[in-house]
Amino acid sequence: MFFSFDLLFEAVLFGVLLGCFYAAVSIGLSVSFGLLDVPHVAHPAVMILGSYFTYVLAAYGLDPIVAGVLLMPVFFLLGILIYRFYYETFEKRGTEAAVRGLAFFFGLAFIIEVGLILGFGVDQRTVHAAYIGSSLSLGEYRIPYRMLVAFGVALVLTFSLSLYLSKTFTGRAIKAVAQDEPALRLMGANPVRIKQWAFGIATGVSALAGAMLIIVGPVEPAMDRLYIGRTFCVVVLAGLGSMTGTLAAGLILGIAESIVLMMTGASWAPAVAFGLLLVVLGIRPQGLFGR
Amino acid sequence: MKYWIGAAAVLVIAFLTALSGLNEYFFYAAFIVLQFMVLATAWNILGGYAGYVNFGTAAFFAIGAYAAVVLFKWLGAPLAVQIAFAALASGLLGFGVGLLTLRLRGIFFAIATVAIIFIMETMMVNWRYVGGATGLQLLRPDVMQPFTSYTRMLFVVMALLVVIAVSVARYVQISWIGRGLRAIRDSEEAAECSGVPTLKLKLFACTVSGALMGAAGAPMPMYLSFIEPASSFNLNYSVSALAMPMIGGTVHWMGPVIGALLLGSIQQIVTVTISSEINVLVIGVLLVLFVVFAPDGVLGLLKKLWPRRS
Repeated sequence: MFFSFDLLFEAVLFGVLLGCFYAAVSIGLSVSFGLLDVPHVAHPAVMILGSYFTYVLAAYGLDPIVAGVLLMPVFFLLGILIYRFYYETFEKRGTEAAVRGLAFFFGLAFIIEVGLILGFGVDQRTVHAAYIGSSLSLGEYRIPYRMLVAFGVALVLTFSLSLYLSKTFTGRAIKAVAQDEPALRLMGANPVRIKQWAFGIATGVSALAGAMLIIVGPVEPAMDRLYIGRTFCVVVLAGLGSMTGTLAAGLILGIAESIVLMMTGASWAPAVAFGLLLVVLGIRPQGLFGR
Repeated sequence: MKYWIGAAAVLVIAFLTALSGLNEYFFYAAFIVLQFMVLATAWNILGGYAGYVNFGTAAFFAIGAYAAVVLFKWLGAPLAVQIAFAALASGLLGFGVGLLTLRLRGIFFAIATVAIIFIMETMMVNWRYVGGATGLQLLRPDVMQPFTSYTRMLFVVMALLVVIAVSVARYVQISWIGRGLRAIRDSEEAAECSGVPTLKLKLFACTVSGALMGAAGAPMPMYLSFIEPASSFNLNYSVSALAMPMIGGTVHWMGPVIGALLLGSIQQIVTVTISSEINVLVIGVLLVLFVVFAPDGVLGLLKKLWPRRS
């Protein structure tokens, strides 16, 4: 194995792009699990669902990003439905139902996955657009445009979401619900409606993240299993519910994965996210920027 | 006493069936159902009694299978030794997972166990000795007398493992260990304050549950004459092992057995008649339906029908 700063630089550069992408796919979970404490194991599956809807819309000649944006309101409603159902059946009943709530989301993930297999088969799917397949040449480095697109959307997504949460009234209410639900209830606000709204936003964002996913690379139904590790790694590493932390944690994971990829090849790469997740959980479960 | 007579009867019946002229396919399918019975029972010791949701069944199962393969390839060890070694290896892994419960609960624990599956899988993919990503073909040794085929023998072995697993689960449930675990499930702080040795009990439950899952995995390579990481570490094992006790009922040792019998048989029928994708869908849908509408599983439903029998 040889080592050079050139290669390292390239790995870090690619890692930064990859990291922003990981932040984008995790930001929905950062809201639903990080802020709302919903054990949303089905988050990656919902995202893959978004990828497949993007695929269907793109087949009609729509640009994948536009498709992703169009899907957001639909997924927003889907999110509200999921949360409503989860609240009525499990959350309302307290800790006794927590185990079953977890099992519910695990089952949901499998239902979505198999549903996609039955609908589309197990083959990988891709979309086509002008920016997919070509790359930007910067001197001796080549950066694929699709990574740049994902990078840009990820930044926009993260910053608009963190602005929304800190500047708007509803956004602050969402943060308040995460901090102290009984206090909010005493002030006359309805925490369930706020949470339902927030979960809707988280799911809506997942639709766009799903579109990013299919832009960055081919998508297959069973991919959600791998992304359980990546998304939860980012959210836990970030410290639950911190948006800028999510971006930072995404970068850490992206750079780590890219360096491991360069040094050892593809066979060890899947373990990076899960290994990092396990280390964070074992040493510092509150994450780097924990509340 | 009644239980032990029943257990002995099950074993005798299994043995006699294996000697009968029944179609070979029956044993092929029944082996899988029995295997899930062990996995579900093992999962329930930690997940049902103590309330720690383990998504990592696939890791324990596959580590058991790989441990058996290593011993077989290295020393040509007989099946019984392979199973014992597999239980030891997965038990150790379970002990390690038990240490995680020191800091992690609920979803954090569950996610950590998913991480263990993928880390272990990556290690096996990169380990040449056991065949790496492509897998390893295994040559079955000669079948022991009085069995006429290897699958029949494995069927009896698995039936024995079911009896062992259920006996362990039953002992845990009716002894002070079970009371301690239930106290942990209801409130870990309260249990600790009342003098329940929570850490010891959790470590015990994790180790025993892991060891039983490993034992269930050990005969698998011989059953398939093949081992390969992607199918051994499949998350489908995890969802099945979780769904079966949830569907059968988690409070009693009968629950996982009923769940595995029900779901395992449905799975076998669906795999043959429709497709193997549908069988995962069946598990998912039944799991969601049961956790939503019948939280106490089949046992809970039966109790509602006959309230007087407890």
